[in-house]
Amino acid sequence: MRNAFSNEITRLAKDNPEIVVLSGDIGNKLFDQFKTQFPNRFYNCGVAEANMMSMAAGLALCGFRAVPYTIVPFITTRCLEQIRVDVCYHNLPVVIVGVGGGFSYASLNATHHSCEEVALLRVLPNMTVICPGDPMEVRLALRAALQYKGPVYIRLGKKGEPVIHKEEFSFVIGKGVPIRSGQDVCFLNCGLLLPNVIQAAEILKEKGISAGVISFHTVKPLDEDLLKEVFSTYPLVVTIEEHSKLGGFGGAVAEWVTDQTQFSSRLLRIGSSDSFFYSAGEQEDAREYFGLTSEKIADKTLNFFTGISKK
Amino acid sequence: MDITKIQIQNNQSKINLAEMEQMARLIRAKIIELSYKAKTPHIGSSLSCTDILVAAYWQALEIDPTNPDNPNRDRFILSKGHAATALYATLAYRGFFPLDFLETYDKPGSTLPEHPSPHCAPGIEAATGSLGHGLSLGVGMALGAKIKDLDYRVYIVMSDGECNEGSVWEAALLAPAQKLVNLVAIVDYNKWQATGPSNQVMSLSPLAQKWTAFGWNTLEIDGHDLGTLSQVLSDVPDKSGKPVAVIANTIKGKGISFMENDNNWHYKIPNENEYKNALEELGF
Repeated sequence: MRNAFSNEITRLAKDNPEIVVLSGDIGNKLFDQFKTQFPNRFYNCGVAEANMMSMAAGLALCGFRAVPYTIVPFITTRCLEQIRVDVCYHNLPVVIVGVGGGFSYASLNATHHSCEEVALLRVLPNMTVICPGDPMEVRLALRAALQYKGPVYIRLGKKGEPVIHKEEFSFVIGKGVPIRSGQDVCFLNCGLLLPNVIQAAEILKEKGISAGVISFHTVKPLDEDLLKEVFSTYPLVVTIEEHSKLGGFGGAVAEWVTDQTQFSSRLLRIGSSDSFFYSAGEQEDAREYFGLTSEKIADKTLNFFTGISKK
Repeated sequence: MDITKIQIQNNQSKINLAEMEQMARLIRAKIIELSYKAKTPHIGSSLSCTDILVAAYWQALEIDPTNPDNPNRDRFILSKGHAATALYATLAYRGFFPLDFLETYDKPGSTLPEHPSPHCAPGIEAATGSLGHGLSLGVGMALGAKIKDLDYRVYIVMSDGECNEGSVWEAALLAPAQKLVNLVAIVDYNKWQATGPSNQVMSLSPLAQKWTAFGWNTLEIDGHDLGTLSQVLSDVPDKSGKPVAVIANTIKGKGISFMENDNNWHYKIPNENEYKNALEELGF
């Protein structure tokens, strides 16, 4: 995902002289092409994220499309105050890009994990929150964000995520993308677990459960039209995210459906529990621990579906 | 004399010293009137930075109140947003909006609350009130001029208490590295913060040496000397190739004998007698 981001921002900067990339002392090699082509539009702001975020707002107040970039917890919760006041209160078109969402940097320990920031960012007025599900969604989300009149947060994984969308498609902020259709269960995937969810749908198919999959990349604004359709069609809707179940995408959908009167469908939220991950290990180990592998997603869904079917 | 009846606006960019002194008295009177009528605090903080604003708005800044969005205008950010009455009064007298508009200050539904933002009125560059934001915003703005090869300058007024914030020092480290010669950080060094002497709350002193050590061309001046302020703020970009830090030694509550250096006036609101006495001391 981060390579897709750096390639795409370099491509877009050719036609948009207002794009300025700010880095929190990471990604130097990643941005070699950008820096070579646009030497006066890349700034290493050092390990000083609060200042970097306000700088991005200052640039935006002068007409620039500032793109501050560093590791997710440092570009979000570390400088939440600056995002809230300088970016969101001014309602500025700053595109905040975080690399390493969820457990992407699992081996670096919990200081580098981020399973809280979606919850914190989505409550900020004017903020848009996008969690792309594959490298293609990263490219398309970035294009859309740089045209958007307001703050946008884009949550990346790390590198090597499989490409789900082989072709470009019409990406609209706040509009989910159907991946496969089903009848019994609908997976609404938000972000990094898209390949796992597609695999989980395959596992369920083998067990006689027909599962649809939607890439629900935008947490805010929620695609309410699509939610209405899904809750009208499927007896079980499952939200999936590599983020805490508290306040994230699943929380957003739960809030929304609570205020609706017309649906009898059930909602299951799958995400990390209210705990740090204290162990050594890679992303897959953290996913195993929190039940976010394809098999565990399928198991949880099957158990829940079986439970509600008996009633 | 009723200060509300004085309808002097001075839209001239360069006025003489006597006119600046008169303007400073007028703005101080308006600050006290606004706080008295709306029952809002921070009079001492507003009075300490008044001369800085007068020198900036009537001498240094290349601005046009009839064209407040000119991309090449100089930018001024009152980062110590709690001194909003000083900024509102300055902008009104400078001609950015009618003086009558000040009558709406802090009234429900008005766009003039106790801290400023660009939503409030023309001429306000940034939302401030949460301390420690203005300098970093200014670094972004000053960098923008460099990228676009424009010659506008960026002025930030901070309080000494604001220098408690770590983000100030993040910005102070970056600006010299980027050689932002069009950036001016002014510290309204009145030696007080909300609950005590600023040099007891944190180890600010020696403040000028700190800014020098961080790579700024640092000037320590009398923050009530309108002539020196005008000269220092106008002489930007600095020939040294560094951003400029101005340590403006000021007196909290400046201009009103019974408010000067009395930190109770950080929060205190004048009663009717204090209001009348204050205006009388200012010649109104």
